[in-house]
Amino acid sequence: MAAMMLNAMRRCSLRPSWAMRFGELSSNNVFSLSVQTKSKKTLARPGVKNIVLVEGVRTPFLLSGTTYADLMPHDLARAALQGLLNRTNLPKDAVDYIIYGTVIQEVKTSNVAREAALGAGFSDKIPAHTVTMACISSNQAMTTGAGLIAAGQCDAIVAGGVEFMSDVPIRHSRKMRKTMLSLSRAKTLGQRLGLIGSIRLAHLTPELPAVAEFSTAETMGHSADRLAAAFGVSRLEQDEFALRSHTLAKKAQDDGLLQDVISFKVPGRDIVSKDNGIRPSSMEQLKKLKPAFIKPHGTVTAANSSFLVNTRHTHIQNDILIVSCFHPGRDFVYVSQDPKDQLLLGPTYGTPKALERAGLSMSDIDVFEFHEAFAGQIMANLKAMDSDWLPRHTWVGTPPMEKFNLWGGSLSLGHPFGATGCRLVTTVAHRLQKEGGQYGLVAACAAGGQGHAMVIEAYPQ
Amino acid sequence: MAGARALGVLSRFTSRRYALFIGKILPRTHVNYEVKGDVAVVRINDPSSKVNTLSVQMQREMTEVMNEVWANNAVQSAVLISSKPGCFIAGADINMIQACNSPEEVTTLSQEGQKMFERIENSPKPVVAAINGSCLGGGLEFAIACQYRVATKSKKTVLGTPEVMLGLLPGAGGTQRLPKMLGLPSAFDMMLTGRNIRADKAKKMGLVDQLVDPLGPGLKSPEERTIDYLEEVAIECARGIVSKKIPLRKEKGRMQKIQDHIMSYGFVRNQIYKTVHGKVMKQSKGLYPAPLKIIESVKTGVEQGPDAGYLAESQNFGELAKTSESAALIGLYHGQVACKKNRFGTPQKEVKTLAILGAGLMGAGIAQVTVDKGVHTVLKDTAVAGLARGEQQVYKGLNDKTRKKNITSFQRDSILSNLTGQLDYRGFENADMVIEAVFEDINIKHAVLKEVEAVVSPHCIFASNTSALPIKDIAAASKRPDKVIGMHYFSPVDKMQLLEIISTDQTSKDTIASAVAVGLKQGKVIIVVGDGPGFYTTRCLAPMLAEAVRVLQEGVDPKKLDGLTTSFGFPVGAATLADEVGIDVAAHVAEDLGKAFGSRFGGGNVEVLKTMVDLGFKGRKSGKGCYVYQPGLKTKEVNPDIGDILEKYRITPNPAVSSDSDVQYRLVSRFVNEAVMCLQEGILNGPLEGDIGAVFGLGFPPCLGGPFRFVDSFGADKLVEKMRRFEAVYGNHFTPCQLLLDHANDSSKKFHK
Repeated sequence: MAAMMLNAMRRCSLRPSWAMRFGELSSNNVFSLSVQTKSKKTLARPGVKNIVLVEGVRTPFLLSGTTYADLMPHDLARAALQGLLNRTNLPKDAVDYIIYGTVIQEVKTSNVAREAALGAGFSDKIPAHTVTMACISSNQAMTTGAGLIAAGQCDAIVAGGVEFMSDVPIRHSRKMRKTMLSLSRAKTLGQRLGLIGSIRLAHLTPELPAVAEFSTAETMGHSADRLAAAFGVSRLEQDEFALRSHTLAKKAQDDGLLQDVISFKVPGRDIVSKDNGIRPSSMEQLKKLKPAFIKPHGTVTAANSSFLVNTRHTHIQNDILIVSCFHPGRDFVYVSQDPKDQLLLGPTYGTPKALERAGLSMSDIDVFEFHEAFAGQIMANLKAMDSDWLPRHTWVGTPPMEKFNLWGGSLSLGHPFGATGCRLVTTVAHRLQKEGGQYGLVAACAAGGQGHAMVIEAYPQ
Repeated sequence: MAGARALGVLSRFTSRRYALFIGKILPRTHVNYEVKGDVAVVRINDPSSKVNTLSVQMQREMTEVMNEVWANNAVQSAVLISSKPGCFIAGADINMIQACNSPEEVTTLSQEGQKMFERIENSPKPVVAAINGSCLGGGLEFAIACQYRVATKSKKTVLGTPEVMLGLLPGAGGTQRLPKMLGLPSAFDMMLTGRNIRADKAKKMGLVDQLVDPLGPGLKSPEERTIDYLEEVAIECARGIVSKKIPLRKEKGRMQKIQDHIMSYGFVRNQIYKTVHGKVMKQSKGLYPAPLKIIESVKTGVEQGPDAGYLAESQNFGELAKTSESAALIGLYHGQVACKKNRFGTPQKEVKTLAILGAGLMGAGIAQVTVDKGVHTVLKDTAVAGLARGEQQVYKGLNDKTRKKNITSFQRDSILSNLTGQLDYRGFENADMVIEAVFEDINIKHAVLKEVEAVVSPHCIFASNTSALPIKDIAAASKRPDKVIGMHYFSPVDKMQLLEIISTDQTSKDTIASAVAVGLKQGKVIIVVGDGPGFYTTRCLAPMLAEAVRVLQEGVDPKKLDGLTTSFGFPVGAATLADEVGIDVAAHVAEDLGKAFGSRFGGGNVEVLKTMVDLGFKGRKSGKGCYVYQPGLKTKEVNPDIGDILEKYRITPNPAVSSDSDVQYRLVSRFVNEAVMCLQEGILNGPLEGDIGAVFGLGFPPCLGGPFRFVDSFGADKLVEKMRRFEAVYGNHFTPCQLLLDHANDSSKKFHK
């Protein structure tokens, strides 16, 4: 669904026309454009390779079971990769490596990166692999690419993420699978009949992909509700934030700011060119919804959760694709903590660390893009960052709302697990360009109690 | 103003001089309230204790507060909540009941409690009980008198009526309200077993109406914030009830309606009473009056209406409180609390790595109770097969917990990551304590002791899990005898609560403190005894088993022998016990102790046991002993082959001392006499530990409260009289020890004051 191209600045084999619109800059070309009030003029360091985001595109994010219903995940990834090629006029053999992130694997295309690359017409000489790290899978794809560039292995990389919820692998029960596997080994008719006879009705109950955290058996929505309660986040605050997200997304869409979205002709259907999950409603309507996870007194509802997560709700989602070429710098971190009570606090832990690595303070950042898993999760993270939660010396304050997720977020645009990271980074790049800022910060939480944060610098024109 | 009476097992035994407070107006310290909007939040917090109990003061203040709440026109409803993180109300104050002098006085207490809760039940302003932590006994009766109950899903939140375990019944309306709330079968199950019910189960049963998830760390500590959150939810519920958004009468499900319909037939209910009564009689042998009184109170309430029911409940409560069984069980409860404390202080070094030698039943059992307490556990054996069996035992124990949903599979795996199985002494230098559970042979014990001392660091403690070998003999091979101690676990380790710790004259105090700390961490009830052959427990058991063998030789069938012992109150019959312990172990111990103590430990012929061992009848572990054990079969048959052995060693019984009752007292008096002798010789620290060791380690009848309490209640003089009669026939096996004689000669002497 999402793809981006990453490129090493120094040995850039790509034509400058599409390279480096955003990114860090290398030490030898510091431009006067840098804002003087920043703690640092640039993140670039002498003698260290910069990694530059070249371009990022995505297919529209759609609710599951809608126009994309009959596709396969690699179809979406393919569309995004083709879109990337079109936007950049990149020769099909110009990249060295392709990496994709995904969460729920389609078993037929477990290395979805390779299948998509072949289908998109990339050279079959380009290796591709797929990574997974829950909701920050595509972040992992990007940083893996950055690592390959930094290590001198590659110069240009495509990183992306794909998630397809219109079809998920539903399995036979373990007992049934065991019987079926034994059956394939059975030699005599007697053995076969014996095995078939051992099948009970209960064995036919299918196994759905787990929505719960494996280690704690708790669903993410349930954990988010408890987290919101632990930080005293009210239902009203959550609904207000959700409404803000949808309103901002709608405005961004109407104003044509979501430039990363490419049109996609779905086989057998129409051309899709817009996200279809953005639905600004009113506080009155939001108020009416019943809690989705903790009943009857919970505060997390279908409306203040990112709709991808909330598979139980009526409109499930999506399917996206981002292709972007990316660049982010060395200044990213991964964090992890208790998967039970701190499942969704990744941004709180990751932000100070990423800023520290970059040598920046909160006020240096012009653009914030946080992954909105739940309104309650965002509010809890903001409250945690504003409290004594973290040790004083790592306290960095909270992002100001006037710089925060101004073009909507996962709550309104949708959250295809494996692709959200690329969308966040591309959005930061586009916002930096549009708003004229210098530094941007991406932060996200993920299942397993993990988190990611990354600092991005605008590439001076 | 007294509230509920029955107590929770957890209720703290605090000597409160409540007489001082009566009649004076004092600032409230235990119960306070705050009005939030139109809801009064009543907070309970006993400042002098870790748990809340329904003491006289608590009840006085509660009555005052409730009167104010009822009188306050601004208040529409109330929430009842505890400010203590792990405890709602753990029960009534046991001392309050024990301080009463007559059954009538206790009955009055019970009736006051019933009245108090009746006022709550009929409160015009709905009262919501917000439960976090233990809600037991009187605490539960309080909660079920409220109109609505909200509970946290925390592991610490348990509901139950443990009164039966103290020989009492729920005496503040519990026997009347529970059957109405839950139906007869569930109510009986709860009250007769006294078991703790977790919040999610309680919700399913209908005992609580709503659940609240415990919160993690946030703006406050998890405990604090969870209580606040519970309060917020409970306040919403209270408002919801007032505004009729939350109905108090729940729609009954179809199953419930069907059940109610069936229950409306008198003969069905009679059948239930009969079945339950039969079950109780079968399990308790009629030795425990409390379960029978519970059935009676419930039956009276259901069949004759609430007035008769409440009266029966209070009267039965009064009667039970003054029974010797209740005194014995309460004594055991106090003893258990005392034996869960470390009277040797905090050890200098906490045991973080524990190594166990020998992955047999005992070794693996010790590993099982250690590894899940966050202690890094090393399990060492000499053979791969033995090690694999042991590790499987630990895994199975944890996996069974997973299947019962006590822990998640993830917790199981992460607990197991603390267990290292190995065949060599690699990494033993990090061990803070080594417990050996190798074969009971002094030479093997010496060999492993030397091997261990060669590799461990100087602070490491060496503990021997032996059932009979004197620790000083084992320590003789040690370079550091101050670090050598005995830790006698009982099989199966994960089920048996007792741990007998044996210190020698050379064992340092810090070593004892450390061993006790480890035992407490493992969840054990601990007695610390002096060194000597058989220590305390094995030494008491040996003469009783010797007598049991003699009884068998006299032609009593093993089943009959088991029947005689269980009807005396032992949970396991003597013959079955021998099988459980292992005939080989019993033979071994009988021989060793026979050598150490001489003819006094005689009785049955040791050759009987030896012959059985030679034939492979080693007890349950070998499939055959006194009985034949077949996997999957619940009933066991007497081993037909032992008939020949017993025939060979046949003794003619003396009819003067062979009545059923005489046989029982022959078995018990030898046990008791030996226990008293252990106290006389200073092996035991006091009668309390003696009682706890005998009941929790050897299954001495709990209704008798242990050998020392038995002597007190039965009468030392009567016991001596019986022993003299047996002595005349069998000789010094039955000679009463000096301390017992002292008690017999002076009836004012009691082991328990």
